[in-house]
Amino acid sequence: MTSLPASTEKKLGLVIDLDTCVGCHACVISCKGWNTENYGAPLSDTDPYGAEPSGTFLNRVHSYEVQPAQGEAQLIHFPKSCLHCEDAPCVTVCPTGASYKRVEDGIVLVNESDCIGCGLCAWACPYGAREMDQLEGVMKKCTLCVDRIYNENLPEEDRQPACVRTCPAGARHFGDLGDPDSDVSQLVAERGGVDLMPEQGTKPVNKYLPPRPKDALPEFDVLAPFLEPVVDAEPKGFLGWLDKALEKI
Amino acid sequence: MHPAPSVIFFSTFSGLGFGLLFWLGFGFPAVTGWTAFAFFTIAYILAVGGLISSTFHLGHPERALKAFTQWRTSWLSREGWCAVVALVLMALYGAGLVFFDQRWTLLGIIGALFSLATVFTTSMIYAQLKTIPRWNQLPLTPAYFLSLSIAGGALMAGQITWAVVLLVIAGAIQIATWLMGDKALENSGTDMASATQLGNIGTVRAFEPPHTGTNYLLREFVHVVGRKHAQKLRIIALGLMIIAPVVLLLLPFNHFLALIAVVAHVAGVLTSRWLFFAEAEHVVGLYYGKR
Amino acid sequence: MNQPKLNLSPKVSDEVRKTTCYMCACRCGINVHLKDGKVAYIEGNRDHPVNQGVLCAKGSAGIMQHNAPSRLKAPLKRVGPRGSGEFEEISWDEAYDITCKWLKPIREENPEKLAFFTGRDQSQSFTSFWAQNFGTPNYAAHGGFCSVNMAAAGIYTIGGAFWEFGQPDWDHTKLFMLFGVAEDHDSNPIKMGIGKIKGRGARVIGVNPIRTGYNAVADDWVGITPGTDGLFILSMIHCLMKAGKIDLNYLAQYTDAPVLLNEDPKSPEYGLYMRDKDGKQLVIDRETGKLTPYDQPGVKPDLSATHRAKGVTHRPVFHRMAEMYLSDDYAPEAVAERCGIPAKRIRAIAAELARVAFEEAFELDHEWTDFRGEKHKTMTGRPVSFHAMRGISAHANGFQTCRALHTLQILLGTVEVPGGFRFKPPYPKPATAHPKPHVGLTPGAPLNGPHLGFVHGPEDLALKEDGTPARIDKAYTWENPMSAHGLMHMVISNAHAGDPYKIDTLFMYMANMSWNSSMNTGGVMEMLTDKDENGDYVIPHIIYSDAYSSEMVAYADLILPDTTYLERHDCISLLDRPICEADAVADAIRWPVVEPDRNVKGFQSALCDLGARLGLPGFTNEDGSQKYADYADYIINHERRPGIGPLAGWRMGDKGLQSGRGGVNAAQIDSYIKNGGFFVEHIPDGSNYYKPWNTAYQSWAVDMGLYDSPQPYLFSLYVEPMRKFQLAAEGHGERQPPDHLRQRIKDTMSPLPIWYETDQQGNEGYTITALTQRPMAMYHSWGSQNAWLRQLHGHNPLYLPTKLMRENDLKDGDWARVSSPHGEITVPVMEMAALNENTVWTWNAIGKRKGAWALDKDAPEATRGFLLNHLIHELLPPKGDGLRWANSDPITGQAAWFDLKVRIEKAQAPRESRPEYPPIKSPVGQGPDKLAWKVGE
Repeated sequence: MTSLPASTEKKLGLVIDLDTCVGCHACVISCKGWNTENYGAPLSDTDPYGAEPSGTFLNRVHSYEVQPAQGEAQLIHFPKSCLHCEDAPCVTVCPTGASYKRVEDGIVLVNESDCIGCGLCAWACPYGAREMDQLEGVMKKCTLCVDRIYNENLPEEDRQPACVRTCPAGARHFGDLGDPDSDVSQLVAERGGVDLMPEQGTKPVNKYLPPRPKDALPEFDVLAPFLEPVVDAEPKGFLGWLDKALEKI
Repeated sequence: MHPAPSVIFFSTFSGLGFGLLFWLGFGFPAVTGWTAFAFFTIAYILAVGGLISSTFHLGHPERALKAFTQWRTSWLSREGWCAVVALVLMALYGAGLVFFDQRWTLLGIIGALFSLATVFTTSMIYAQLKTIPRWNQLPLTPAYFLSLSIAGGALMAGQITWAVVLLVIAGAIQIATWLMGDKALENSGTDMASATQLGNIGTVRAFEPPHTGTNYLLREFVHVVGRKHAQKLRIIALGLMIIAPVVLLLLPFNHFLALIAVVAHVAGVLTSRWLFFAEAEHVVGLYYGKR
Repeated sequence: MNQPKLNLSPKVSDEVRKTTCYMCACRCGINVHLKDGKVAYIEGNRDHPVNQGVLCAKGSAGIMQHNAPSRLKAPLKRVGPRGSGEFEEISWDEAYDITCKWLKPIREENPEKLAFFTGRDQSQSFTSFWAQNFGTPNYAAHGGFCSVNMAAAGIYTIGGAFWEFGQPDWDHTKLFMLFGVAEDHDSNPIKMGIGKIKGRGARVIGVNPIRTGYNAVADDWVGITPGTDGLFILSMIHCLMKAGKIDLNYLAQYTDAPVLLNEDPKSPEYGLYMRDKDGKQLVIDRETGKLTPYDQPGVKPDLSATHRAKGVTHRPVFHRMAEMYLSDDYAPEAVAERCGIPAKRIRAIAAELARVAFEEAFELDHEWTDFRGEKHKTMTGRPVSFHAMRGISAHANGFQTCRALHTLQILLGTVEVPGGFRFKPPYPKPATAHPKPHVGLTPGAPLNGPHLGFVHGPEDLALKEDGTPARIDKAYTWENPMSAHGLMHMVISNAHAGDPYKIDTLFMYMANMSWNSSMNTGGVMEMLTDKDENGDYVIPHIIYSDAYSSEMVAYADLILPDTTYLERHDCISLLDRPICEADAVADAIRWPVVEPDRNVKGFQSALCDLGARLGLPGFTNEDGSQKYADYADYIINHERRPGIGPLAGWRMGDKGLQSGRGGVNAAQIDSYIKNGGFFVEHIPDGSNYYKPWNTAYQSWAVDMGLYDSPQPYLFSLYVEPMRKFQLAAEGHGERQPPDHLRQRIKDTMSPLPIWYETDQQGNEGYTITALTQRPMAMYHSWGSQNAWLRQLHGHNPLYLPTKLMRENDLKDGDWARVSSPHGEITVPVMEMAALNENTVWTWNAIGKRKGAWALDKDAPEATRGFLLNHLIHELLPPKGDGLRWANSDPITGQAAWFDLKVRIEKAQAPRESRPEYPPIKSPVGQGPDKLAWKVGE
């Protein structure tokens, strides 16, 4: 069980567009809502109205400030959840077989009834994708909404992860990254999607689309022809021009 | 990493216990009867006590038996097996010594090797983790656990000469783990740029954290030890764990001094183990701009 | 491999009930999933016109809001001193008796003694109707302290504004320029739009001192100096006019640019439009050279011709604009330093606007006919669009800045054209089509008309016969003549000062005035608890309605507990701020998808009860019985005008159900519920652009009941009412401003947009601008009670630019003392590089008072969170003239939150952020210490 499948039939995962994510946390809370009510134990919160509220979340949005060598600093919002790695170290370290990668679609899951809550899988994950639920004592992680994406009780267009369905900016995409013709694979190819921490050798399925170049409006010298004065600056001259211009209309 | 007392106690005491069993398995000291009983009792209290302590950090200890199922892939599962095999074999071997005045040599040797294997599997639980470069060092991390286990075992087993030699070796390995460990994260190639893949734009700095409050990841993986503080603790650890016992052992033998040597050693290993966890930087901290 | 068998199709819920979100002002459609009658999960409604299925963090956290421990449980009567939080629970009957005991005598004797102000109310057409029936002139909602500049400038200029009034043409725009901090209104549609256009590769330019949120994803960021947006915009106007990169045809046809102005400085009509005897604006027809009303068939208005009549020269508005904006005063080089934007960058952005508007213009194949009867084969698109947030409006020059932005849009010819900015019905609707303010009161009878509206000259001001303000907030007075939304932020201050008069009862709804919704928070707390020489409270009675234990609760004498948004009826009405889209008319309801489990009542239903008990005509049948059993009854049965009710969908016609106009339909709410909680009807193709001038749209709008007759109009580059106030200040006319205001009126009420530095008297030595933004995952104070959202934003640092961090030797986590001429706070700081170098900011309304919101007294919101409000006064520093000068825009009275200037110095870390206030007693106790919220199996 904790051995990884040699290959999976599909590689379902997310493509996250860092060029578009406005950092609104919609995905974070939608995920919390769905997964509190659905798969496994609820995502609990301790001290929810107190001095140190702390809860289980399967998806969190970081933000980074990046200072280029030239020009203004940039701010990038960075949602992060389980990347459903092909070479998932969290699975192989699990002593009980509770962690596994599904053969059908590559989704990495925790079978909570087998989880002893040792935490080793979270230690093995470089991305911080797993969180131990403090009330339930089991490891929680993104399920890619496995109870939504095939759910026949949901209308077909809703069979996608809650975070993707809710994202207002459309910065999250879901699909089969094992199929080079899928929309998500095309998007990754087009936009140069990348792996996080490739050197860790985890081969994440989820990809990140890097932000497009910022502050790249051409210098005025290039745009100057569009602001060529029509006449000398004086209003009188301008009104003269206006007369002529109006004749052409 | 969060220096959780349960794991510190577990690795320290079970290391020491299995180290002692290792020596007993090879017949050092060659004890039988009630003396053997005493030695084995101490060894089992340490080893089993350590193992029990390790279950304190489990969310569901009642499911612990499930941990035996995944020995093909999981070092934690293997550790469980090795520990059980070692403890069963050594129990049989010890029963021979205590009750039948018999030394089943082969059984002892196999038991000893499984005891050592247990410590090795423990060390591999840590050493396998690419996410914690300070631990992810082969063969240094297993060498650190094994050398301390065998040296501590020798000390407990009253093998003075071996103890002195092995403690010095363990001390050297400890120093090596620190020196190499300090450079491990840098050498791992994992940094904020690789974590965020934003390095090609410019220098990356963590801005607002995802949540203003804390979470499991920060509690478990981000523990900041002041550099000065760490240096002091390293000196204390080395002094207690290696230097004090070696000096005490080199003095004319005295049971009281031997006891002090053992106590100092244990205190030193606890300190070293605290540092082992507290100084370990999990790469997930990079996402939080912390290490 | 033997994987566990999963149930991949678990039952999602027993039932889905569709209603409207109320976690902010966005009004998205939501699907509320119920299990065993309990709320299990909330998601966006895919069919809903506003959010099309998506939902923000707040919306998804609605389940925590609905179940929050801070919910009030029953009516409360104060038993301790005001501000203590000591209450006893009483029955609704007793609550109504107390209310009537206070309000009945007021109504019979002097209705102005009631000040009824509703905060983030989404039922203003109803609450204003109630207040009008009561007869008090003192009613408004929170627009005055929020962003009346945005709304009023838009309506006076183009007959609509951003936010609820309009939206960019997301399908066609190629360059989107977003101004102002805050990231607030229309939040999901803006995110959806930005996502859509970025997906297409369109360029987004953000103008905001702070590079977060939408500005973080903007392709280009302009980190402007706060309060100078108007100057930047006027400089771009300068560049575009100079280069002739303006849409002359559009200006001539659809705007007042060709309308003639009286240019005789001695005339009492100097600067007023030349009009015919019917009041129609006059232009010169370019074809005939003759003077003609602008709207005659075939007229081609001339932008350039002058006209002399009765010895007075008349010139088109456009002449004035040329004189004004071609001046080198607006050259990029002249403004660059003040704006903090290099001149070359201003020119580059102006050039890019010109390039996209004119080089990338396109035609849509829609035939349409304009109001002059001219047929157009196609619709010309100019794919440049603009949007603005509160940031540019919350300054004392905000009205003119917003006007400048609309002027820029108009010059580019990009309003109501494909690719540009588009109105949402019932807009376009010019200021002249709105009511005027009414303050005519008669004891025991309703007010003579609606409270709020648009003034068109001094004659419309809300003044008593002696010239003193008729309203407690001094709206529509010479201090702020065009205060279209009232001045809620001045109500408590004025009532306390007895200026212009004293009141008896303050009645408020959903407005956290003793905390984050007030300037000068500490001062307001004192005003609310202050007693006179007899030991009576200076404001004698305070009634407050809220669903939650907010900070304001402690300061009321009587609490009417409201329901949560999932337990109530509401209508998001076309009479109010509807949810229409540029292509569709739409409205929506809320309905009790779950019943309250506490002794609470929707505030509007309580007003129906109170209205009947007070005998208000609109709420009583002829036999004296109660007219509306509850709010739902009102929503269905009330008719504002014959055939026009709160809801436009499923009205009763002669041949069955119909949209827009129609009689009462008893099953109307059921139809809404069946349809997912909303009604939408699309604007026919060919009617959906050029709406103010498109005859097809105009007649469709009349059919829908949006207008009673077609209302084509010209955009007002020149706002004539402002000139009328100037004329009065110059000494013309009967109604004259007080002398101390004359100069200010002359200076600020320019009928063409100008930029002026806001009043800096008293700010000497305070040089850093301090701003707030609303985090996308929080809505003002409402997030603090929400167990999920407060984990995202449980406390707030003050963000400082790198330069100020260095100068003050600060590093992340240090504390700083921040002082303004009015106050001082000590707060934690954090560095931010992507920030204007002379600006600091923090998240809005994260700081909480201890004891409020059912939080622990050590909650981080109270110990490390903070408000900037303590630094802002509702009045400007005294000028030595004994007068109280409001910290507001002199034109509209908009609260000038963002004019705050501060000084910063490093401070020792205090125990808690300062100022510290003692805890208030929680009337609802404290929330549980664990949550694992799962209602299903």
